[in-house]
Amino acid sequence: MLGVSVRRPAAGRFPSRSTTALRRRVVVGALVVLALVLITFSFRQSEDGPVASAQGAAASALRPFEIAAERVAQPFRDAYAWVDSLFAARSDAKRLKEENDQLRQRVIQNQFAVRENARLRGLLDFRDGPAYPRDYQGLGASVIARPAGAFAQAIVVAVGAKDGVAVNAPVVTEDGLVGLVTRVTSSTARVTLLTDEQLAVSALDVNSNAAGVVRHGRASAATLILDRVPKEAIVEVGDTVVTAGWRSSKLASLYPKGIPIGKVTSVGQTDTDPYKQVQVTPFASLSALDAVLVLVRKAESLP
Amino acid sequence: MSPSVAARLAGVVFVGSIFQVSAISSVRVLGATPDLLLVVLVSVALVRGALAGAIAGFAAGLIVDVATLGTLGLVALLLTLAGYWAGRYGETTGRDRAYAPLLAVIAITALYGIAAYVLTFMLGEPVSARGALLPVLPGMLLNAVLAYPVHTAVRRLVGGGERTQRAREVELLV
Repeated sequence: MLGVSVRRPAAGRFPSRSTTALRRRVVVGALVVLALVLITFSFRQSEDGPVASAQGAAASALRPFEIAAERVAQPFRDAYAWVDSLFAARSDAKRLKEENDQLRQRVIQNQFAVRENARLRGLLDFRDGPAYPRDYQGLGASVIARPAGAFAQAIVVAVGAKDGVAVNAPVVTEDGLVGLVTRVTSSTARVTLLTDEQLAVSALDVNSNAAGVVRHGRASAATLILDRVPKEAIVEVGDTVVTAGWRSSKLASLYPKGIPIGKVTSVGQTDTDPYKQVQVTPFASLSALDAVLVLVRKAESLP
Repeated sequence: MSPSVAARLAGVVFVGSIFQVSAISSVRVLGATPDLLLVVLVSVALVRGALAGAIAGFAAGLIVDVATLGTLGLVALLLTLAGYWAGRYGETTGRDRAYAPLLAVIAITALYGIAAYVLTFMLGEPVSARGALLPVLPGMLLNAVLAYPVHTAVRRLVGGGERTQRAREVELLV
């Protein structure tokens, strides 16, 4: 505006913007160049050069301050370390719990493997033993399923038609007879246990040679009876009952001769019943089967 | 800048540098180390301007280089540039903005991490990109947490009223 008096700043008291900017750039440029020179010297000079010596001396001079700062900060660092250790402890506990779960699973698997190993070893011993029927081939099989329900006295094993298993193949363990294959798929087979109502096995008392038929017991699902034993036959408690394995000209028993079935636990008779009442406890633990041998008749022994 | 402010500024830079190399450098949170010195430097530059920021950065970097017996001038160069850029941001776009400290700290932490990696690599020292760049993100977070408290403290210590680059004169064209 014309005619208005303006008070101008005194020269030199405040630098102009361009001067300030120039000074700023010069100083920053100088600092950058100085830093680059220091880097260059630091790289080019040896460990005992003047720059390194100066750096060492300066570092020594700074050392007391660093120690003081470290001591001042130590309580805070301790507090931080304590809090950090709490978080670490929580994560450690979680990790250890997961490891513990995994190890527990592994222990269970190992125990199962040991038990299965013992079972299979027993089956091998049985197959090599005198009680094993020589005209049969034994297929070792794991029990893979048990049909649900108290009335289903059966198991499913992991061998099938492609392994040579057929319906009516006897199934045993190293302890004795288990049952009979009643259904076969290509890779599995259903085994009906001795305790099933539909199964009956012609059997003999080893001591007296008294013959009868072993079938499910009426008292409980875990016991069997030796039925059709005449009153005059001698059967005593403790006698061993084995399969009879009979064979006629055209027919043959489904079971080989001499496979142990169980032990006589009680013997009785009544006036009204023409047969003895013989109770038999199976040798094989039918409620806890892990592995079995499915007996497949060898080709040369087929009738 | 008055001598008392300059003395306080020097004290802040010195204490920040010493604490950074002796106490804070061993603290690891989320896989990164908080860079208190960088946050202090950004605050100083925002409060006192680019020139003071650059000088403070150079001095702080030199202390770090000396105290850690590292390559002399390396951290000094990086902190000089960091202080200068933070100061320029405070003098221009970030002037009187409430978010300026936070934004400047986050951006300069990222740039500082990348520049340090590039410079170290250019100097031929073995450095893993993963090891150098991975802590940048958590470092930004940690420094962002420090940004406002440190800025408040630095402003109280070295504020001293007006900024160096604020308009201190009125020129009327007639």
